[in-house]
Amino acid sequence: MIDLVVKACGPMTSLQDRGRHGYQRFGVSPSGAMDARSLAAANILVGNPPEIAAIEFVNLGGTFTCSGGDLRIAVVGADCSLSIDGVQVAPNTAALLREGQEAQVGHARTGTFAYLAIAGGFAVEPQLGSLSFHLRSRLGGLDGAPLRPGDRLSCKAEAQPGELMHLPLEAPPTDAPIRVMLGPQDDYFTPAAIRTLLEGEFTVSPQADRMGFQLTGPQIEHAKGFNIVSDGIVTGHIQVPGNGQPIVLMRDRQTAGGYPKIATIISADLDRFAQLRPGTSVRFKAVEREEAVTAARQMKDWISSLPTALVPVRFDLTTEHLLSVNLIGGAVDALAPRTPETAAS
Amino acid sequence: MARFQPIRRGIVQTPRILACGDSALSVEFGETIDPDINGKVLALDDALRMRSPAGLLETVPTYRSLLVQFDPTLTDYDALAALLTAEAQGLAPRASTGRRWRIPVVYGGEYGIDLEDVAERHGLTPRQVIDRHAGAVYRVYMIGFLPGFAYLGGLDPTLATPRRTQPRAKIPSGSIIIGGAQAAVGSIECPSGWHILGRTPVRSYAPERDPAFLLGAGDEVVFEPVDTSRWDMLDREAQAGGVVAEEIRP
Repeated sequence: MIDLVVKACGPMTSLQDRGRHGYQRFGVSPSGAMDARSLAAANILVGNPPEIAAIEFVNLGGTFTCSGGDLRIAVVGADCSLSIDGVQVAPNTAALLREGQEAQVGHARTGTFAYLAIAGGFAVEPQLGSLSFHLRSRLGGLDGAPLRPGDRLSCKAEAQPGELMHLPLEAPPTDAPIRVMLGPQDDYFTPAAIRTLLEGEFTVSPQADRMGFQLTGPQIEHAKGFNIVSDGIVTGHIQVPGNGQPIVLMRDRQTAGGYPKIATIISADLDRFAQLRPGTSVRFKAVEREEAVTAARQMKDWISSLPTALVPVRFDLTTEHLLSVNLIGGAVDALAPRTPETAAS
Repeated sequence: MARFQPIRRGIVQTPRILACGDSALSVEFGETIDPDINGKVLALDDALRMRSPAGLLETVPTYRSLLVQFDPTLTDYDALAALLTAEAQGLAPRASTGRRWRIPVVYGGEYGIDLEDVAERHGLTPRQVIDRHAGAVYRVYMIGFLPGFAYLGGLDPTLATPRRTQPRAKIPSGSIIIGGAQAAVGSIECPSGWHILGRTPVRSYAPERDPAFLLGAGDEVVFEPVDTSRWDMLDREAQAGGVVAEEIRP
């Protein structure tokens, strides 16, 4: 059995997969990766299905080693760097972590959430069908906890690590408005309040975590109070409590809540929204169902197309190999992934 | 023809279907806490799960509405909305699941630190509060907030107590609590502004037990006061995976 050993990591580093579904009627939050696109890309890079569990980093990176064999790994999201024994791996490229080597994941340079996937996935017992860690209920993760230095994660690793691949990924647009559909309780707000939501500029406050993002900005006025009898919640709901400042409910949200929800972020824009850092401004744009469903379909097709977009890495980017072929200065093949020099620019 | 008028206590004949983004909708039967409204929510939930339309992912019954989550790339929204509207027509409220749980509770003392305070507020003795709290049959309206946390209706109105102005950061697992006109069986340790009358060794949620979740929406609950001396034994039994609550005939 090969283990991935955590040497160092931030306090909110945890296992996350597509989430825990089917138990919301019993009060269980779905949780799951905050940026499902990046989780999918990291998994595809190492030959996994897109939705299995990876390590989610929140702002801070971490240091890892492995024991019992070699591991194919990849990091995607938040423009985090990956280096093996100090040698930078090109972005969105799988790497081989050999026993005795140290993998270092850098902190987030854009966005907040990044994912480290390993070929084969983790041999960790799921709770209620998922490995996703949920803080409030202490479900999932490693024995109901986030990852901590000293943890050892058993891996379902392959005996012979496969070919290393690169995935050409375009960064999603950062300035496009976040698309929403109005409702379910838009009738609890004045027409002026809806205009404020759609025309105003909001800022992601420092109170932003896996459960919800508090936004600050112009006041959103209620038309008939702000107490409703609790009803169901979905990820992306924009609820407005009494102070008129919206809160966007994210993956670790509760299953029911008692504030009116003025609008809901469309599913295809949730990952992009999740990566907005505190201090970033955000604008919303209302769309009709047709556009939202088209976007959801495009996102699904994009994820399905990822395996065909993989490009093999022509050589193994480890120090010893690079030294042996004297290529440390950079690659010359136009098809090869970006070199560390260009990646840094 | 006159349009359907809302009838008593905000129950409407035709529920409202509200969009919750592209992947969910809410079928809203009313805006109040009412057993008939909740009964319709549960009846529609049963009917929908039986029909199991393409793309349906998960349903979440709440006090007054049914949240329906679906895969937008596999679901014809208009057909789903039409199906729900048709199923909701003439739906008989589901009175209860027919399951009634007797849940042992140690009231007062370290198990129910707010019992005396609640009694004093209402000019009652702690004994009277226990009798009134344990003398009612409760309906589980929904499970929410945390895994297994059961929201109950049926609290004796003379015990209705506004929530604490200063919520507690942590209340113990299994706390038997009241807040406003509502009552609840707590599950795991959590923050709360409700008043703690007692504690039950029953785990409404135990991930290693089968079933992991004991209570469901539409179940009934009665409380049985038990002596402090029985706590350790019952708690050990629950710890070992025992249900401890007893299923009784309504």
